[in-house]
Amino acid sequence: MILPALFFYLFAGVCIAAAVMVIASRNPVHSVLFLILTFFNAAALFVLLGAEFLALIVLVVYVGAVAVLFLFVVMMLDVDFAALRSGFLNYLPVGLLVAGIFLAELLLVGGGWIISPHAAKTITAPIPGDITNTEAIGRVLYTRYIHYFQYSGLILLVAMVGAIVLTMRHRVNVKRQDIGTQNARSKRNTMELRKVASGQGLEELPPREAAE
Amino acid sequence: MSFAIAGYSLHPVLPELVLAVGTLVLLLVGAFRGERSTTLVGALALVLLVVTGVLVATLPAGRLVTFGGSFIVDDYARFLKILALIASAVTLLMSADYLGQRRIFEYVVLVLLSTIGMMVLISAGDLISLYLGLEMMSFALYVVAASNRDNLKSTESGLKYYVLGSLSSGMLLYGASLIYGFTGTVEFAGIAVAAREAGIGLIFGLVFLLAGLCFKVSAVPFHMWTPDVYEGAPTPVTAFFASAPKVAAMAIFVRVVLTAFPDVTLQWQQIVVFVSIASMALGSVAAIGQRNIKRMLAYSSIGHMGFALVGLAAGTAEGAQGVVLYLSIYVAMTLGSFAVILAMKRKGLATEEISDFAGLSRTNPVLAFFFAMLMFSLAGIPPLAGFFAKFYVFLAAIKAGLFTLSVIGVVTSVVGAFYYLNIVKVMYFDQPVGAVDPVRVELRTVLAVSGIFNILFFAYPGPLVSAATAAAKSLF
Repeated sequence: MILPALFFYLFAGVCIAAAVMVIASRNPVHSVLFLILTFFNAAALFVLLGAEFLALIVLVVYVGAVAVLFLFVVMMLDVDFAALRSGFLNYLPVGLLVAGIFLAELLLVGGGWIISPHAAKTITAPIPGDITNTEAIGRVLYTRYIHYFQYSGLILLVAMVGAIVLTMRHRVNVKRQDIGTQNARSKRNTMELRKVASGQGLEELPPREAAE
Repeated sequence: MSFAIAGYSLHPVLPELVLAVGTLVLLLVGAFRGERSTTLVGALALVLLVVTGVLVATLPAGRLVTFGGSFIVDDYARFLKILALIASAVTLLMSADYLGQRRIFEYVVLVLLSTIGMMVLISAGDLISLYLGLEMMSFALYVVAASNRDNLKSTESGLKYYVLGSLSSGMLLYGASLIYGFTGTVEFAGIAVAAREAGIGLIFGLVFLLAGLCFKVSAVPFHMWTPDVYEGAPTPVTAFFASAPKVAAMAIFVRVVLTAFPDVTLQWQQIVVFVSIASMALGSVAAIGQRNIKRMLAYSSIGHMGFALVGLAAGTAEGAQGVVLYLSIYVAMTLGSFAVILAMKRKGLATEEISDFAGLSRTNPVLAFFFAMLMFSLAGIPPLAGFFAKFYVFLAAIKAGLFTLSVIGVVTSVVGAFYYLNIVKVMYFDQPVGAVDPVRVELRTVLAVSGIFNILFFAYPGPLVSAATAAAKSLF
């Protein structure tokens, strides 16, 4: 039984170390890569807890989508992180003071904290023991929790409409491909054959109507 | 073949379903017909909101519960849903001018989506519905705040609201997860049972949950976004912010506190009393120095939310009735005031400074009269509706023995009267600064209805008061 505990400390330790490196590393790209490492370790912790569905979701959503998005943003935006950091040492004493106060408060509160002994008893919907938790979620997601699913769908719709409202611009003076016009072109109104006398060239062509 | 599952009847959610499907249809209409369909979409949206309101009113009486307890339709939900629907419909009506200029049909769709969120929120019976409803409402609000996207102030207000809103959602979720962890359930009824023997962990969760909700009703100390967002957002959007979302957020605030934590009254009462006093004090003092009328009304709304929370602090059915009445009258006053602000145009340009109201009594006496009445009502001067709103919440607070809170409330109300009366003074005694444009017919209608409601409420308060009483009783 010591093995899960060892793995817990391994993953938790790497997770925290990587999280520290996210804020400590100088290169923002390294920060994002450390963030991905943090996510991987968090996923491993979920596996240890027996929540394999959550673990895979963390990998797919955070590593697959969010972290890659971060990476894109960091690489595409020209943020001068050195300038952002320049006042760091000046503000350090004040920051340490605030952090110290928070730490003291946390210790005071945490010192008197006893996790309610009733908490474990009151759990009303425990995961059934004989099925995997992916199956457990699958059983309720589209039945018992159908309304949550629909609400989430509407929220995503809001996000989509919002993104379009805020960013899409109908540009004028942009040449767009118009397949209909392209197909309607014929040899007669696009080509012209002329005889060119040797050594003379052509005089300027008369401007043709734009959309014949 | 029947697909019915016990406890999952769709009948109670019929209004929401109609509204949601109608919104999707309007989105399609707008997407296919392009921006010239803005007026059409707006008109159809008004019809849709009215139909939804009728459906809410005609649901079978009594307490309907569906989706395994996470969606509750009781008298309280019915009353506040209709109030929120009225507020949304009136703001859409008042947006006609803005929509005519900007031609964004998505604005209408977003307002409707936000309204669906509000209805989900008002009916929420557990923490997950609460969170989803709140986010549906807020996301749409972030976008409409920035909908005038070429304007720096509008985008600033949208971004500010979004960033601070995410922060508050984070706190709310943290609180919700603590509550779930210490009670083992997300349903309000289950939390109420488990809360009887819960310790400090649950109280921690409660504090975070209330912090998130305070942000949404813009109560001090989570009010910082309000003045900037109100000032920066386009005026019809500000009118929307000040009315419908406040109703929905306050509705869920009251429902969570009274139905999920009835046995830890002492703990949440402290928080609500503090927030209430701070909001009333800040709302009445900080508004004095404002020059911009929208900013002033932002502080005014902070103060009014403080007054409404006085009723909640009482923790009784009477207090809840006070909150419900306060919200109804507040919405009527706010919508009327914003109708005036929208009407204050000179040569087609909107004016937003308080000094622009100078001498309005001579250039447009009707507008000035109604605005003066609304200001008196907001200040809480009898016999206008605003006085009765305050009367009911303070009565409940005194009956619950909260004397200090009541005295502070009355004092801040007197301080706050200064800036409302200042506007009346500017309108009636200062030199005119030029005539205002003719007022659009929909603004005149809104203003007349709101003004007459405020002036004549004392003559016939019966129906509203008894409806509010029934609404409050259904929570207990």
